[in-house]
Amino acid sequence: MTTVPIGADDLAAATEVTLEANLTPRRRVTNVVATVAMVGSFAVAAIPLALIIGYVFVKGGQVVDLAFLTESIPNSYRRVGPGMGPAVVGTALITAAASALSIPLGVLGAIYLNEYGKQNRLARTIRFMTDVMTGVPSVVMGVFIYVVWVLRFKEQTGFAGALALACLMLPIVVRTTEEMLRLVPDELRLASLALGARQWRTTLTVVLPAALPGITSGAMLAVARAAGETAPIMLVTGLTYHANWNLFEGNNTTLASQIFRNAGQPYEAAQLRAYGAAFTLILLVFGCTLLARLISRRFSIK
Amino acid sequence: MTHEEDGTPMTPIPTPATTDAPATAAAVGAAPAAARDRVVFDVRDLSVFYGEYKAVRDVNLDVHQNEITAFIGPSGCGKSTVLRCFNRMNDVIPGARVEGDLRYHGIDVYGPKVEPVEVRRRIGMVFQKPNPFPKSIFDNVAYGPRIAGTKNRGELTEIVERSLRQAALWDEVKDRLDRSALGLSGGQQQRLCIARAVAVNPEVLLMDEPCSALDPIATGRIEDLMENIKDRYTIIIVTHNMQQAARVSDRCAFFTTEVSEVSDTRTGVLVEYDATDQMFSNPSDERTENYVTGRFG
Amino acid sequence: MTATTLPPPGEAPDDLTSTDAGATVDTGFRWATLGAGVAILVVLGLIAWASITKSWPAFRDQGLGFFTKDRWAPSQGSFGALSMIYGTMVVSIIALIVAVPVSIGIALFTSEVAPRRLRGLITLVVDLLAAVPSVVYGLWGVVFVAPSVSGFYDSISGAVGDWPILGFFFGGGGGSGRSFLTAGLILALMVTPIITSVTREVFATVPQGEKDAALALGATRWEMIRGAVLPHSFGGMVGATMLGLGRAMGETIAVALTIGSSFQIRSELFRSGAAMPSTIALEWGEAAGTHRSALIGLGVALFAATLAVNSAARAVVTRAERKMRGA
Repeated sequence: MTTVPIGADDLAAATEVTLEANLTPRRRVTNVVATVAMVGSFAVAAIPLALIIGYVFVKGGQVVDLAFLTESIPNSYRRVGPGMGPAVVGTALITAAASALSIPLGVLGAIYLNEYGKQNRLARTIRFMTDVMTGVPSVVMGVFIYVVWVLRFKEQTGFAGALALACLMLPIVVRTTEEMLRLVPDELRLASLALGARQWRTTLTVVLPAALPGITSGAMLAVARAAGETAPIMLVTGLTYHANWNLFEGNNTTLASQIFRNAGQPYEAAQLRAYGAAFTLILLVFGCTLLARLISRRFSIK
Repeated sequence: MTHEEDGTPMTPIPTPATTDAPATAAAVGAAPAAARDRVVFDVRDLSVFYGEYKAVRDVNLDVHQNEITAFIGPSGCGKSTVLRCFNRMNDVIPGARVEGDLRYHGIDVYGPKVEPVEVRRRIGMVFQKPNPFPKSIFDNVAYGPRIAGTKNRGELTEIVERSLRQAALWDEVKDRLDRSALGLSGGQQQRLCIARAVAVNPEVLLMDEPCSALDPIATGRIEDLMENIKDRYTIIIVTHNMQQAARVSDRCAFFTTEVSEVSDTRTGVLVEYDATDQMFSNPSDERTENYVTGRFG
Repeated sequence: MTATTLPPPGEAPDDLTSTDAGATVDTGFRWATLGAGVAILVVLGLIAWASITKSWPAFRDQGLGFFTKDRWAPSQGSFGALSMIYGTMVVSIIALIVAVPVSIGIALFTSEVAPRRLRGLITLVVDLLAAVPSVVYGLWGVVFVAPSVSGFYDSISGAVGDWPILGFFFGGGGGSGRSFLTAGLILALMVTPIITSVTREVFATVPQGEKDAALALGATRWEMIRGAVLPHSFGGMVGATMLGLGRAMGETIAVALTIGSSFQIRSELFRSGAAMPSTIALEWGEAAGTHRSALIGLGVALFAATLAVNSAARAVVTRAERKMRGA
């Protein structure tokens, strides 16, 4: 063994190797605090969600039964008892009409954007305007339909509500559909063209089926959003206490607008009805949302 | 090389392996030996532009019936670009422009009244990366015939079986025709694409580096099937694998790039077009010799 | 045997012109899709035209005072929207103050901390938060939250009401619980999903190499986040916040139910107030003539404001993402 230089003992002691964390307590604490904060922020979001769902399901579940879903709305907010039948009918009809208007139009428009227009002037303008439309507050859309439709026909109807909702759904459908079409690999289009197929056939028989799961899930999310809209309905559809199966004549009402009207009332009966309507609405909306997630997970192109 | 446009036999070109012709002709009842001298495509002074950029210039060659013609050369010299001219697939590339003359049995493929759809029904294509549709195996192969108007289920089944047999895939998938094509391996998918292409009974098959995404075994299978179907179709294959070209092709066209001193751009040119045997044993151009002997590329 | 339109191999075709009606279908289809695309433009154009023409009388009457006066008394023909502009802003700012840290926390949690399995659960919670209709938020807010916090507000008020700065914000007493603060908190819940999802996307574009480098130098996870993830994502986070702002400004119903209905500009957050979209919805039923015009004008102003905010937000986010990808 060679002679050890002076001070080497100190040196050796000073550089004792250890693999234990040599974090200062401050660093360690900061890290832990940060982690806790992140988990905490999740809790801040999750807890109210749980509370909302809990309240709606518990209180709403108390009153929802077949009678609730079918009987007419009481004339007076103070009256105890069911139901929300007209609102169920209204929600179903108006949302269905809005979907029938906006989904085909939106899908066709998205096909133009991705398969034909691509980056030309018109397509870029349409894309930009669609983005603008996504930002229109729903109440403004209600104002617009009021001015353009209700004033002309002098009546608040279910169809006017469907128009307003369709205008809200349209940009969502266009954007998600275009996203999905873009995900379809170009090689599939080339293969189809090389086999002698024309553009329309390629789009309808190859591209669209490949993008269908994503398009469906996007459409369902749009439907869920429309079903929950309140302000436009209040402005253009009016109010009714009895189920109105005719979208083109007479006022109508939806679960969402009923919730709004009843929520502001001081009477517990009204509030219970509001919860019941909320229960029904949440089932519908969550159902659509979860179904959309499921479809997109299982079937989409990755 | 001089030739007449109506397809009558031309001045002698060393046609390789002519001894094969009588045997296969008798067995399959395919086109007689004379037809093999028939010209399917006549290309004169073909140039392809992408916008202002000249990708390939002044290509002159002719493609003979029931032969396998290979386009070889290093990457980026325009082989695929020229290939795509034959079935007008360059049309889908924005800014692509073709100058010169490309005739299919005497008809100008780029003529004003010509429908690309009609061109593509007669001239099929297999791509570099297998691209089956996300449909069942049956629906993939039946896609082309359905477009052409065949609706009868019985007829379609017959066509599908015939095509899959030609592509040497039938035995492997006959029990699962209704399953998704995406469940097949890469080599199987490519053979499926070949089956899909032959299902419409084209005259010509264009293959753009069909084996470059596949392993050697799958490659071998496809080379075998090319040999087997050669008598029904005229095949043009682009390949960067010159051993493959030497193995399967009857004629070879060797491309390379020229760098322009003026503008410093690269343009593809056809250097030599010859019978395969000739090109590999006794090439006329020095660049060809360098390439086939592996000195570059 | 095969399709009848194809010649058997070896026979030359006569020509290569078309034999079926496919070309017409092709053109027809193209026009149909084009028409659909143009329809979107038409609808938007109609919105703009209709709203502006119908609100013009109100703007003409009140002039700039529409935006600067704070007296909104329809019965007396006075339409100053300032108190509502104030209300919209206060509620939105409260919402952002709460939502932004929470959203960033959730986004960080999802992308850096949480194990794979948990990520699905977290995104599910966020998606469901986004799916709850705003009217249900409003219902819960007015029936459950407002009464519950009323007492809470009272006690805070009692404690700090007389103090200089805190009293400015927290004096005044709880009242019904419907107030700027309540509305702001509910709004925070509603904008969290969008801020979270955009922020998460921005975090995903941080190059893994930088994160690895920080960790390799011995940084704790938080230090890595602070050093590698956050600086890169700053632009994107700003954009996400602005998107949240746009959403908050336009939210009508939940705010309508929980903000109360006072048209005074007060600083105390526990007080009731009014916001632009909510006023439109609440007063529409009985409004007529100039009152209607004024409400439509409110809508136009709101639309213009949210449009500006959303466009700016989108530009910020795209630029930030582009910068990071190019880096």
